[in-house]
Amino acid sequence: MSLIEITDVRKSFGANEVLKGIDLNVEPGEVIAIIGKSGSGKSTLLRCINGLETINSGSIQVAGAQLAPDELHLKALRLKVGMIFQSFNLFPHKTAGQNVMLSQMVVKKTPKPEAEAMARKMLERVGLAHKFDAYPDELSGGQQQRVAIARALAMQPMALLCDEVTSALDPELVQEVLAVVKELAAEGMTLLMVTHEMRFARDVCSRVVFMHMGRVHEIGPPAEVFGAPKTPELRQFLGAQH
Amino acid sequence: MIEFSNWDILRNLLLAARWTVVLSLVSFVGGGIVGLGLLFMRISRSRWPRLFAGAYVELFQGTPLLMQLFLAFFGLALFGINVPAWLAAGVALILWTAAFLAEIWRGCVESIAKGQWEASASLGMGRMQQMRYVVLPQAMKIAIPPTVGFSVQVVKGTSLTSIIGFVELSKAGTIVTNATFLPFTVYGYVALIYFVLCFPLSKSSQYLERKLNVAHRNH
Amino acid sequence: MGYVFDYSWLADYWGVLLKGVLVTAELTLVGATLGVSLGVACAWARSLGPRWLKPIVATYVELIRNTPFLIQLFFIFFGLPSLGVQMSEIQAALLAMVINLGAYSCEIVRAGIQATGQGQFEAGWSLGMTRFETFRYVVLIPALQKIWPALSSQIVIVMLGSAVVSQIAAEDLSFAANFIQSRTFRAFESYIVATLIYLALAILLRQLLRGVGFVLFPRRSGR
Repeated sequence: MSLIEITDVRKSFGANEVLKGIDLNVEPGEVIAIIGKSGSGKSTLLRCINGLETINSGSIQVAGAQLAPDELHLKALRLKVGMIFQSFNLFPHKTAGQNVMLSQMVVKKTPKPEAEAMARKMLERVGLAHKFDAYPDELSGGQQQRVAIARALAMQPMALLCDEVTSALDPELVQEVLAVVKELAAEGMTLLMVTHEMRFARDVCSRVVFMHMGRVHEIGPPAEVFGAPKTPELRQFLGAQH
Repeated sequence: MIEFSNWDILRNLLLAARWTVVLSLVSFVGGGIVGLGLLFMRISRSRWPRLFAGAYVELFQGTPLLMQLFLAFFGLALFGINVPAWLAAGVALILWTAAFLAEIWRGCVESIAKGQWEASASLGMGRMQQMRYVVLPQAMKIAIPPTVGFSVQVVKGTSLTSIIGFVELSKAGTIVTNATFLPFTVYGYVALIYFVLCFPLSKSSQYLERKLNVAHRNH
Repeated sequence: MGYVFDYSWLADYWGVLLKGVLVTAELTLVGATLGVSLGVACAWARSLGPRWLKPIVATYVELIRNTPFLIQLFFIFFGLPSLGVQMSEIQAALLAMVINLGAYSCEIVRAGIQATGQGQFEAGWSLGMTRFETFRYVVLIPALQKIWPALSSQIVIVMLGSAVVSQIAAEDLSFAANFIQSRTFRAFESYIVATLIYLALAILLRQLLRGVGFVLFPRRSGR
């Protein structure tokens, strides 16, 4: 059984159908890059998987947990998939350490000492052990994003959704975040990432999904998708990247 | 005991509500004029007018309107005038309104970007010209929604003049209550009339603010 | 003018004033605590609560914000007993203040929630928090921090507005001033003294609220 099963998912905003029947299965340990023009529906797809958008039809399952709009189902689902946002969304009134501890204590009722130990471990993992007591506004964008990754990892998800995690960063800070993501991939974490970093997608991902007009337009291993694009739309998209 | 119909009650209240409206208008217009003077003192470049206007605003915003009404009522009497309630009410409300309007408008003037002052200065305009042609026209636009919003506070503030004996809507409410022994009904009607006066002002202030925000976003 | 100011009565009546000050302070502190709590609850209901609750809260807010505090007070103290609800003067005064501040702080806190931004909610949800948990642990403190100055001003306004509770014979500071002037016939002086005390209370309250802000929000806002 696949870890994430997306079956004929449709999503509209008013009269505008953004996802026009998406089918996608993700196996455990896969690293998938979703590429495409803005407005192709790629971010919406990620947000649907995490229940941040409600789908109009179709189904999404993560490790047997079905996506449903009620809070109990959403919580079960969100405990299995973490999400990293383009704009970090760290909690400004909490230190890096507290950011990582909060949801463990609130959602999982983890006792504080254990939550703190986990927070230290996760910050260590993203190379920020020494920033445990720093507030978000004392951190660079790259550091904030790494804290956000540690925060999601502390919930021990089975998969991570990364929504353009480097797009809001200054160019010189992109690599430190990608390095962390790459390491996660090497450790076997299942990753589903919307990205504009084509080289990263080529080097790290097991499959690349090209979305166009709300559909999965082309899908395959990076060598195929980047090396021998089948459709004119993908060729045009890849051409525009350079 | 005489029976009072709902209409009797409402009619008496509505008649008195005219004075609420008149006093509100007088206070708002008078307060606007005094407030404008205060505003110019507050943003003037010389120290004393600025200090005076600052202290004035602090004093009127930092003390209860009710006390200001009492002081106007008994203070004017010190000059040997037999003060009618409407005069004390008008004076106090004008001075009180002026303090709040001056402060609201100062915020608007100060929100005009520094670049506007610098640009107009670089074109050789004097301070008055800068105000007249560059700053005030822009400040006025953003001042309209909060000014309309404050008019609601003025209408509600007039209710306190009942305490020094001016017969407007609230005082009429008390008088009619004492005659009918129907406080729930009477004060319900009084509240309703105030609501009818204030709600359109509140809504138009919100509407104007939204419109202004949209206009700003499109720039 | 031939008027001679006379403050000699202060020697006999300072105790009355002090008692009035304590009542005003008590009304303000209790009223502000309960009123802001009510406002936070209403702000939650209006921005995140169940759909059926929103119009009810909106109606409450508009009714209160568009009618004078004095009439709200009279309605509660004189009107409600005819429905069988009896209250002491102080209870009625407190209730009126809580209801009044609740409506204003609802709108202020709501603005803070809106300014906090969707991203914070989504971050909380994506970590598995419920809507309420996200509001409580993630959004509330930054939202309050954003609007703390406006909320503080509103609390000062409510304290000053509470002067009218003397009209239902709640024995606050303005009641003390009325009492003193009726005994001494020194109306102007009584009200001058009371007014200055109110001014001092307002300045003190502002400082107190600043202090509360420092405790509640040890972090200066990042942006």
